[in-house]
Amino acid sequence: MKQQLQNILHQVTLQASDVKSLQDIEQLRIKFLGKKGELTTVLRGMGALSKEERPIIGKLANEVRTNIESLIKQANDKLVSIEKEITLKKEKLDVTMPGKIYEIGKKHPLTLVIEEVENVFLGLGYQIAEGPEIELVHYNFEALNIHEGHPARDEQDTFYIQPDVVLRTQTSPVQIRVMENSQPPIKIICPGRVYRSDAVDATHSPVFHQIEGLVVDKGITMGDLRGTLEVFAKSMFGEDTNIRFRPHHFPFTEPSAEVDVSCWNCNGEGCKVCKGEGWVEILGAGMVHPKVLKNCGIDPEIYSGFAFGLGVERTAMGRFGIDDLRLLYENDVRFLKQF
Amino acid sequence: MKVPISWLADYVKIEENIKNYSEMMTMSGSKVEGYEKPFHEITNVVTGKITEVASHPDADKLIVTKVDVGEEIVQIVTGAKNVSKGDIIPIALDNSTLPNGVIITKGNLRGVQSNGMMCSIAELNLTKNDFPTASEDGIFILPKNTPLGVDIKEILGLDDTVVEFEITPNRPDCLSIIGLARESAVTIGKKFVVPNVSLQEKGKGTATDYVKVTIEDYDLCKRYAGKIVTDVLIKESPLWMRKRLRDAGVRPINNIVDITNYVMLEYGQPMHAFDLNYLQEKNIIIRRAKKGEIIHTLDDQERMLNNQNLVIADGDKAIAVAGVMGGANSEVNNDTTKILFESANFDGVSVRLTAKQLGLRTESSARFEKGLDPHNAKPALLRACELVEKLGAGKVVPGIIDCHSELPTKNIIPFRPKKMNEFLGTSIEEKTMVDILTSLEFEVNMEKMEIAVPSFRPDVEAWADISEEVVRFYGYNNIKASLQSGNRATQGIKTYEQRIRDTIREAMLAMGLMEIYTYSFTSRKVFDKLLLKDDSPLRETVVITNPLGEDFKIMRTTTIPEMLQVISHNFNRRIPQAGFFETSKTYHPIKGEKLPNEKNVLTIGLYGDYDFYAIKGIVEKLVDTLDIPDVKYVIDSNNPSYHPGRCALITVNGNTIGTIGEIHPDVADNFETPKRSYIGELDIEKLYKLTNVLKSYKGLPKYPEVDRDLAMVVDEEIIAYDIEQVIKNSGGDLLQKVTLFDVYRGEQVGENKKSMAYALSFRADDRTLTDEEVNKAVTEILSKLDSEIGAILR
Repeated sequence: MKQQLQNILHQVTLQASDVKSLQDIEQLRIKFLGKKGELTTVLRGMGALSKEERPIIGKLANEVRTNIESLIKQANDKLVSIEKEITLKKEKLDVTMPGKIYEIGKKHPLTLVIEEVENVFLGLGYQIAEGPEIELVHYNFEALNIHEGHPARDEQDTFYIQPDVVLRTQTSPVQIRVMENSQPPIKIICPGRVYRSDAVDATHSPVFHQIEGLVVDKGITMGDLRGTLEVFAKSMFGEDTNIRFRPHHFPFTEPSAEVDVSCWNCNGEGCKVCKGEGWVEILGAGMVHPKVLKNCGIDPEIYSGFAFGLGVERTAMGRFGIDDLRLLYENDVRFLKQF
Repeated sequence: MKVPISWLADYVKIEENIKNYSEMMTMSGSKVEGYEKPFHEITNVVTGKITEVASHPDADKLIVTKVDVGEEIVQIVTGAKNVSKGDIIPIALDNSTLPNGVIITKGNLRGVQSNGMMCSIAELNLTKNDFPTASEDGIFILPKNTPLGVDIKEILGLDDTVVEFEITPNRPDCLSIIGLARESAVTIGKKFVVPNVSLQEKGKGTATDYVKVTIEDYDLCKRYAGKIVTDVLIKESPLWMRKRLRDAGVRPINNIVDITNYVMLEYGQPMHAFDLNYLQEKNIIIRRAKKGEIIHTLDDQERMLNNQNLVIADGDKAIAVAGVMGGANSEVNNDTTKILFESANFDGVSVRLTAKQLGLRTESSARFEKGLDPHNAKPALLRACELVEKLGAGKVVPGIIDCHSELPTKNIIPFRPKKMNEFLGTSIEEKTMVDILTSLEFEVNMEKMEIAVPSFRPDVEAWADISEEVVRFYGYNNIKASLQSGNRATQGIKTYEQRIRDTIREAMLAMGLMEIYTYSFTSRKVFDKLLLKDDSPLRETVVITNPLGEDFKIMRTTTIPEMLQVISHNFNRRIPQAGFFETSKTYHPIKGEKLPNEKNVLTIGLYGDYDFYAIKGIVEKLVDTLDIPDVKYVIDSNNPSYHPGRCALITVNGNTIGTIGEIHPDVADNFETPKRSYIGELDIEKLYKLTNVLKSYKGLPKYPEVDRDLAMVVDEEIIAYDIEQVIKNSGGDLLQKVTLFDVYRGEQVGENKKSMAYALSFRADDRTLTDEEVNKAVTEILSKLDSEIGAILR
């Protein structure tokens, strides 16, 4: 019987090294360990053994069973791992083939610029003010120190609805409305749509967008204007950006300035973007004219303020290298997808 | 304003190189647009004298000449007919350049060597206006005393640098050489040489003997000054004057007209010269024109005037439109012998409106309309007379005609150095301020702490203006940057409405839609293209009185047309599908109000591989994001712009917040979009009120859901909403969710029937549900479905 058991183990060892599939292994298991298997058959003869032999053979039989089980498991593991390998090999992909398409919505470039500016000034404690696009002449002109007879009020520049109602030509009337309705400290920016009677071409549009800023409080200085616009320029165009003020004229600020930033493309060396000047004009700015403060019921002897404004289209064009303003209003998907 | 540097040099010495000078002027407020030497392209062209002329051996039309160009004699072959031995002419030598990129090199003309070219005025980019005696098409023959071998630019005065300034509208004083010389002097720290005019006045009698002047309308004419010149000899003005006028962009004409233009450029005071012989009455009256009065102007046009226009009349007859243009009937011409120089001050607004009405904007009107200094009229007049004497153009008659109302006195304003420094954020010394102001011709009285403003600076009214005067020379960029230190803090937050709009935008982007921007004005035609009924409230619009054209005449009341145009644009460029959204405004007039209602709206547009349920799904996700409960979709077959079977009103508690649907096929044709285009419009103003942004967390379920699927057959006309209502109302508290997952029509369910399959989820918060509990609920639902809408379980 001992011989028989060793024989079985020997056979299993031989056959286990020769299995080709998981089915072979299952057959092997049934053949030797199954209810009618060889080991079981041998063990059935245990009854015929002597009292002394029985524990010895029993122990041996258990060892043989454990060994067989272990052999079968080894064979099985080996096969599984081989098959896994084969499957992984079969599943090889051409990773250079294109991915599946997921459409992603894109913000319009004008929104990108407006949000970028908004975020800078929200961080500086400004609120975002809004006002009507169809505006009273009083707010669009008079209160801003642009009196009857001023060329800006010409029909060549301004769309009229009635003699005293216009499509606002600037977002400045929002500043007036805010100043009339609140007490300093005032810190706002006013993004919005404005209108001027310009025919459509590569650099003009009768509809465009501006963002203006206004700060009014005690002790506001032109130095504060400079500091604020420095922070703004660095946030928009990078830490190394410098700004330059050039004297200019606006009816509602005094002193007034045009503000240049050092060219973001060439760092001031001179290139196509800045037309070789090293500077790009981006803003108009100045100290709020005392008359404008007075018009809004704010005493210029106590309070002072600054204001600034930039054209969104122009900034977007400069920023993204867009050479034709019409693209912004044509909404060609191939254009919109690029942002 | 174009300024020849040599002209400025009469009043201030400029030693800086042109680049630095331009930079400095820009930074002190006189922006330099550019500078150039207009004739810089001309090189290696010199004066030469023809010493020999011989015929060409092989060509009848050519001659062979020897030309003395100073250091050598060169041989030149030419076809020119107007040259002969002894003539002095411009010679473009070998390797010379001419305007417009022309290069001249030596060559062979029919076998004879030619070492250059003789030039005409055209080849030098000049005209007969610059050199009236020159031949139009022949070689330019120079005066006999011209030195030989000298650069032609030097001889003809073509070597000046011209600087172009952008002058802001508040500084008409800088539309003049003198104004800019004053600014230049302060900018570069040099002395401004005040012009000093002296006259000999050899004419007979006094000015008032010759003509009488009366101002009728002082509101439009503050001053009218005149002087008389007799024994006028009309001829060309000298080269130096023609050259300066040309470089400044003014065409030279004759000595008298050139003098008026020269003084206008130099003093900023427009002038006019009348031929006295043509003034029959010798009775100048400055008055408003009569309605329908006609004047024949210098440019040979008949102009109809009205009583808003100011004219200069001789007796009854208008002889000039004040400040705009003179009349042809008193124009200076070659026979003129006696003139009246006019130097007047007309009202800016009146001149501007008149020029606009007549479509006649001139150098003169452009200056008057900005508002000129009445004090400047007299010095300019005297300067013109000085030039007459200098040019030998006539005899100036002593005395002056000077009608004026009370001339403005100098504005006195307080000098407030402390306030100015506080305002600017600077610590500029008082003395520095005084120095800058004094050099700008402001008078500072330190005892009274007052400033007298020069009459040519009406733009300076108060301390803020004075601050600008000081700081633009102190240096804008010398102001130290600061950040409102010590000021009160403010909150940088968006408003509720702004945040809702951001949320809407983010939701649209997340669903893959592209954001668009379109114009807010449109044409009335779009209403017909949208098939709107005649009484549609959308046809009530805000109208622009001076639109760019019919297509931009009204403010839009709906955004659908622009969305359809964008779809059409992309579709016609073979883009197979796209989805768009726009957040913008529509404009609706309010009766009895000046300003209309401006409404924020969301517009959605889809075309390509989309259907009605695609746009509905977008809206469902949006209202879900905005946490708006109880949104219903009700079919609307009456909206003429949409497919009658595929349009839904979006409602909340009976309140319509928008419309979605497939565009009507006829509308699709009208806008050239694909037939299956889907549009949604939502009223953002209404969304503000319905949305719940104060979201609060609801605990995650602790016990599992039990799911049951129900497929039922119903009549075709039963709508999903009705079925869902029955299920929800009969499902009890345990029913959590009802989802339609399949709709089937076919033989198996019979004609006019459909099978609708729903997934139902049941759950309790406090226990795991038993099958019995769920079965009981389902039985109740089935019984109600049967009794209320006749649904049969499949």
